[in-house]
Amino acid sequence: MPNVQDIQFKDAVARSAEAASTLPNRVPGTEGRDDVQGEKMILNMGPSHPSTHGVLRIVLELDGEIITKATPDIGYLHRGDEKIAENMTYTQFIPYTDRLDYLAPLANNVAYALAVEKLLGIDKQLPPRCQFIRVICCELARISAHLLGLGSFSMDVGALTVFLHTFTEREKIYNLCESLTGARFTTSYTRIGGLSRDLPPGWVEQCRKFLKEVVINIDETETLLTRNRIFVDRSQGVGVIPKDVAIDYGLTGPNLRGSGVEHDLRKTQPYLVYDQLQFDVPVGTAGDCYDRYLLRIEEMRQSVRILHQCLDKLPGGPVNVPDRKIVLPPKDRVLTRMEELIHHFINVTQGVNAPPGEIYSGHENPKGELGFYINSKGGGTPHRLKIRAPSFVNLSILPWLLPGHMISDIVAILGSFDFVMGECDR
Amino acid sequence: MKALELAQRLKARFGDSVSEPAEFRGEITLQAADPEQIPEICLFAKKELGFDYLVDITSVDNYGDDPRFVLIYHLYGYRHLQYLRLKTAVSEEKGEAPSVIGVWRTADWHEREIYDMMGIRFRGHPDLRRILMWDGYPYFPLRKDFPLAGRPSDLPEVAFSEPAPQAGGPFVTIAGGKDTISREPRVRIPETDALETNARLERRRDIKEAHGHAYGPGPIETKKPKDQR
Repeated sequence: MPNVQDIQFKDAVARSAEAASTLPNRVPGTEGRDDVQGEKMILNMGPSHPSTHGVLRIVLELDGEIITKATPDIGYLHRGDEKIAENMTYTQFIPYTDRLDYLAPLANNVAYALAVEKLLGIDKQLPPRCQFIRVICCELARISAHLLGLGSFSMDVGALTVFLHTFTEREKIYNLCESLTGARFTTSYTRIGGLSRDLPPGWVEQCRKFLKEVVINIDETETLLTRNRIFVDRSQGVGVIPKDVAIDYGLTGPNLRGSGVEHDLRKTQPYLVYDQLQFDVPVGTAGDCYDRYLLRIEEMRQSVRILHQCLDKLPGGPVNVPDRKIVLPPKDRVLTRMEELIHHFINVTQGVNAPPGEIYSGHENPKGELGFYINSKGGGTPHRLKIRAPSFVNLSILPWLLPGHMISDIVAILGSFDFVMGECDR
Repeated sequence: MKALELAQRLKARFGDSVSEPAEFRGEITLQAADPEQIPEICLFAKKELGFDYLVDITSVDNYGDDPRFVLIYHLYGYRHLQYLRLKTAVSEEKGEAPSVIGVWRTADWHEREIYDMMGIRFRGHPDLRRILMWDGYPYFPLRKDFPLAGRPSDLPEVAFSEPAPQAGGPFVTIAGGKDTISREPRVRIPETDALETNARLERRRDIKEAHGHAYGPGPIETKKPKDQR
């Protein structure tokens, strides 16, 4: 077995040096003469560049227009969510999960609730209706996040129409969210052990109507982009990530599958009722920006497929676990019964009493694997809550990936990565 | 192959330096006695047991205990689809552990984050800088003895702490004026005219006192603008 110190891998510096040595714009006959090669230029991209989708800053070292070194600088949106979580009850932290990947708050709510429920040991005992509604939430969030991801990707590479086109569909998802949760953006829909409320009357029909419309929109979006010469030229063969590198850098979600790794936590570690649903996991072959785009299109179609099945199979019954020590009792009983009043009081003031222990719970969110590691010493607050954010890990490949590309390719690469800084910086 | 079997193979290879596998909620945890052994264990887990994906590295501050810190590695294998948790304790005096960046490159940012938030250094990390907080920030915010409200610290050398290259030029808004007019570069009168302008403004003030209103900027300070670098 080789020693750890002996393992060689091509790091960013070596890759940059190689990229610099193969530059095409060298003047013939000047090899080895530094004086005519000129200086490298340092260019600061971000934190408020439109293609950085928030506040990502990348310090680029350029030789002409070719990147020789890229140093991402993150943390501009750091709010200390993990510190905050240690100082409040499990339920109080739910609104903070909205602000992680703020393009898919419903999926974050579900992932967080499932993590706490795993710690409590009730994640397998959730009522079926709750599980189906949570899957519906996750898949709506996926469609919403991918629509925005595609829209901004295509806008960054010059196709402005697509952004407006996908936004009309997102507006409908926001309307669905509003009637479901009461909020369009910061949903805070789940509770530990269930949901804040059941589906409102007529919501299923609204959702079916939306599903009929969104498939048309996805098809139209594809006609705008998939065979669009400019879009294909900007994205095909750009930002290629080989399979082994994608695994080595811990990429997840569409960015990993684009590189040809067939892995989806909904299939491999099925949670909720994903094992009862029929859907395919699309996988790319080339690992370039175009593959990642195609994947997201196909994932949206699969989400529509899942949503149809969920709406068909949606069972009746309660949406919360019957344990009053976990879920708040109904308000009318709180006001009239002693025992419910005590449960309500304990639940609100002390939180759900979790056992000591530690769990990790990973979920397939639109951006990749959103994981929560919870270390509990017992009681209503976590001792440590770590958020394994997919965008944070996905962005860590940039120092490897960017050198050798042109500046304009960064825009395509960042667009195809579809990251959210709220989640990256936490 | 189940996670427990994999953990037992790892235990068989490393003997007493690794604890018996513990199970909680279906997850297997192994505790390594010595943090110095972590890269070796990780390499074995990756090469022999197929844990090719490092999900996460994180740290816990057990303030008041000795050793104070715990490092937690979450491993996952794409072939057998099993998770494994690897833990090791790091004492406060030492505050250091070897880096596993040679095993998985994704460890790079995770280790930087732990250094930033918890203050544990990783030996062999090629670029151990702060990642979420700025360079030069003096505290480690996720430690339990750091208050939730934070502690005051100096601001970093941000880009705007120095005058911008065009500052004071003819087309640049003047920061910090009392209203929009005094910030507007187009109404500004060149420095040489300032004395004359001030005389005019005084005349205008007289008019204001007489008529009850006047327009235009206030008097211009005649002192030189700050030296530009």
